[in-house]
Amino acid sequence: MIRALALILLCQLAGEITARGLALPVPGPVLGMVLLLGLMKASERLARQVTPVGEGILAHLSLLFVPAGVGVVGHLGTLGTQALGLGVAIFVSTALAIAAGALAFTLVARWTGGAGEDA
Amino acid sequence: MRDVGDIWSYLAEGPLLWLTLTLVAYALAETISQAAGRHPLANTVLISVILLGLMLWGTGMPYATYFEGAQFVHFLLGPATVSLAIPLFAQGARLRRAVLPVLAGVGVGSLVAVTSALAIARVLGVDPPTLAALAPKSTTAPVAIGIAQSLGGSPTLAAVLVILTGITGALIATPLLNALGLRDWRARGLAVGTAAHGIGTARAFQVHPTAGAFAGIGMGLNAILTALLAPVVLRLFL
Repeated sequence: MIRALALILLCQLAGEITARGLALPVPGPVLGMVLLLGLMKASERLARQVTPVGEGILAHLSLLFVPAGVGVVGHLGTLGTQALGLGVAIFVSTALAIAAGALAFTLVARWTGGAGEDA
Repeated sequence: MRDVGDIWSYLAEGPLLWLTLTLVAYALAETISQAAGRHPLANTVLISVILLGLMLWGTGMPYATYFEGAQFVHFLLGPATVSLAIPLFAQGARLRRAVLPVLAGVGVGSLVAVTSALAIARVLGVDPPTLAALAPKSTTAPVAIGIAQSLGGSPTLAAVLVILTGITGALIATPLLNALGLRDWRARGLAVGTAAHGIGTARAFQVHPTAGAFAGIGMGLNAILTALLAPVVLRLFL
């Protein structure tokens, strides 16, 4: 478990160093994710080792949002006049994105001849 | 017997009290969510935030003091982002069979999410620093916070907008996709994961396992794509 945790942190560290060092627009942890995916593909043993620990962290993903989310309290006042604009933007854009993404997948799946997995 | 005020100010300085309260609030939120039959509105993050917000408001404790103590939980967002490689790896074979549709779905979903949000907010008079926090709202929180910070937006506001987006997506996905007559669970899951990250993914798993798996793929790929797309699209609206 400690090894898997160390590996995840090492991937994040390598990602942070690369992102900062090369001044990339991608956050360090995202590069760390790509690195870990590459390592898992390279070594079956490593993939088996890291999976339960990583799944453990992901199982409580919602919890990790909480400390930052509590900051809403401090932001409600500053949101004030912008609250309506942000609310409308979030609602409409989320609906549009879901519809557009699902339609794009379905159309391309049809073109490329892959049968849908309706079941 | 010591003064209660002394004990309180001693505890307020360390992480013990804040970590405990964060976990207790989350455990309570889990119980409420389960009792509500996992209704999208009974979201665990939302309930925890309301409980802790009320607690801070009631005690007059500054948010900075709370965050200082609860930052160990916040820190795990980084390792959680790295761990998103695991569902991507686990779904590798299924993903390879649908590479083109997946790329199209995530590409279109991601672009529409960022562009339409910024366009609507801009028209409704939202200021530039707030637009920077809004741009990555469809990605999972750790990534959105990272992107917002690199764009000059508030990480806290970004997290708030991420949570609102997730709840919105989880709430509207099923009726919206039914109305459009889209029955492919892969398409439905992918779109929800792309537009509404972890909260949308959790919802997709409740509806259908295939939808959940593809939501995980959508969430993971969208994290990378939005990191690349958001700075470019944001520049169009500043």
